Amino acid sequence: MKEAVKPPNTMQQPGSVGLVEPQTAHVDVPLLLDCGRRIEAYDLVYETYGELNEAADNAVLICHALSGDHHAAGRHRPEDRKPGWWDTAIGPGKPIDTDRFFVVCVNNLGGCKGSTGPLSINPETDRPYGPDFPILTVRDWVNSQHALMRQLGIARWAAVAGGSLGGMQVMQWAISYPEAVAHAVVIAAAPKLSAQNIAFNEVARQAIITDPDFHDGRYAEHGTIPRRGLMLARMLGHITYLSDDAMRAKFGRELRSGRVQYGFDVEFQVESYLRYQGTSFVDRFDANTYLLMTKALDYFDPAAEAGDDLATALEPATARFLVVSFTSDWRFSPTRSREIVRALLAGGKSVSYAEVEAHQGHDAFLMPIPYYHQVLTGYFDNIARSISQTEAAE
Amino acid sequence: MNRPDWDIVTGWIREGARVLDLGCGDGALLQHLIAERSVRGLGMEVDDERVAHGVAADLDVIQSDLDAGIRDWFGPHSFDYVVVSQTIQAIRHPERLLSEMLEIAEEGIVTFPNMGYWRNRWQLGIQGMMPTTKALPNPWYNTPNIHLCTLRDFEALCEGLGIEILDRAVVDQARQSSPLLRALPNWFGEHAIYRIRRRVV
Repeated sequence: MKEAVKPPNTMQQPGSVGLVEPQTAHVDVPLLLDCGRRIEAYDLVYETYGELNEAADNAVLICHALSGDHHAAGRHRPEDRKPGWWDTAIGPGKPIDTDRFFVVCVNNLGGCKGSTGPLSINPETDRPYGPDFPILTVRDWVNSQHALMRQLGIARWAAVAGGSLGGMQVMQWAISYPEAVAHAVVIAAAPKLSAQNIAFNEVARQAIITDPDFHDGRYAEHGTIPRRGLMLARMLGHITYLSDDAMRAKFGRELRSGRVQYGFDVEFQVESYLRYQGTSFVDRFDANTYLLMTKALDYFDPAAEAGDDLATALEPATARFLVVSFTSDWRFSPTRSREIVRALLAGGKSVSYAEVEAHQGHDAFLMPIPYYHQVLTGYFDNIARSISQTEAAE
Repeated sequence: MNRPDWDIVTGWIREGARVLDLGCGDGALLQHLIAERSVRGLGMEVDDERVAHGVAADLDVIQSDLDAGIRDWFGPHSFDYVVVSQTIQAIRHPERLLSEMLEIAEEGIVTFPNMGYWRNRWQLGIQGMMPTTKALPNPWYNTPNIHLCTLRDFEALCEGLGIEILDRAVVDQARQSSPLLRALPNWFGEHAIYRIRRRVV
């Protein structure tokens, strides 16, 4: 039995960053949050790939999406079935080439993968924060990432990149810290959520909150987990991350046992897929974190503080932008990305925009779609070239 | 490799101007204008391969279909020049594009293959077949060029749209001008290059 499972030798896989180990940064500069509360000190778990050069100007920050974490590339153990969530794009010879860039990915504050969050002990009560963890915004995350940046000895990112909620962080970076962002890569994002998007998030939250095992967020103290709620939330999410076409192509109306059973057990393959996604999510994610992350999504709206004008909101940005969207993405559709591009153009910013033909829906931003990766590669090649030119000139 | 119209287009553009190149292809003309005129350039292109090429060349490129219009993207007076080089004949609504481009820029520069060129007339008028030339290499059944016109056609359209023609240059494939060409541009010009603006009323 054991011999049958041969772990892949990741160190020899071409294009892989290989085995990686997360690190923890302790930040003891208090963080004043948008909600008015403050966190005196916190931990941020992060991973890095590649080497920081002497001038410290080849660093790229990767911002993760709703259910992501710091593990963007490589494997923690040789036997890991899956690599990091954006392994398709990060590695030696890949679009974000770790032979040239020093790549940093942080588990966001409020997360459940080691950074300070609802699972951490609240120093004021000596109990886990649970539901008492402050509500966070995208700007709070960016501020905390900025603190990490300084601890790493980096004054300016060569690029900040991210998809979905990650793309929102990229925009916020460009607005909040223009001097610290040379290039902003905003993928499958939106300048703010639509009512429909908030509605999906609300159903997901209600699924969790109304689970009898939720206990007002204090499930850990009751020795339970709101499994059903979290599972439903994830199942709903997955429906919105895929396109109708992608679902049809992947599952059709295929039946697991070949014929209908006239019952409520799993019959269609798509049901089986969603249940698998839901249950496996429960094992790796915390319900309170999920609630926090969806709220951060809902609140993101940089234009709100600029008279509802996105161009005005983006005014401080000095970065060059690359915006990418995917045709079948209906959760963050190309229309939403075009709003970002239009605002950047109106502000006279440097921006390129690629609209990638893809059937995978919102999930497409994680896939190695040839044209998408061709654009990313070309863009990051230029960044790498501008870095080495600066170095040659010095 | 310069195309026949580039030198003239470049000559018409001010140093440091803001330029939008509609249907910018792989961005070669924009690169040329940046090198020669230090323009602030932006390209618009629909084709994946060409967009990727433009991005890799460090240009700002927006992927969009010109047939969907350009007014959604830009506010009025966003550019000094909008260039449409060898593209207008492939647009579904050239008249709409001409109007829109003069809403977002002070001046437009349009270049296109002249259907009135004598070789085209010869092939159609005498041989009785749709022309195929260096400027129009595609067969009729498989060509992006769906709206071909002559110099006179174009000038009539401009008149109808209230567009003023500021400059006109006509060249053959070798980019040369000649007395014959100057005397009978609609016969001997293979490429037409126009500088236009909205007529001031």
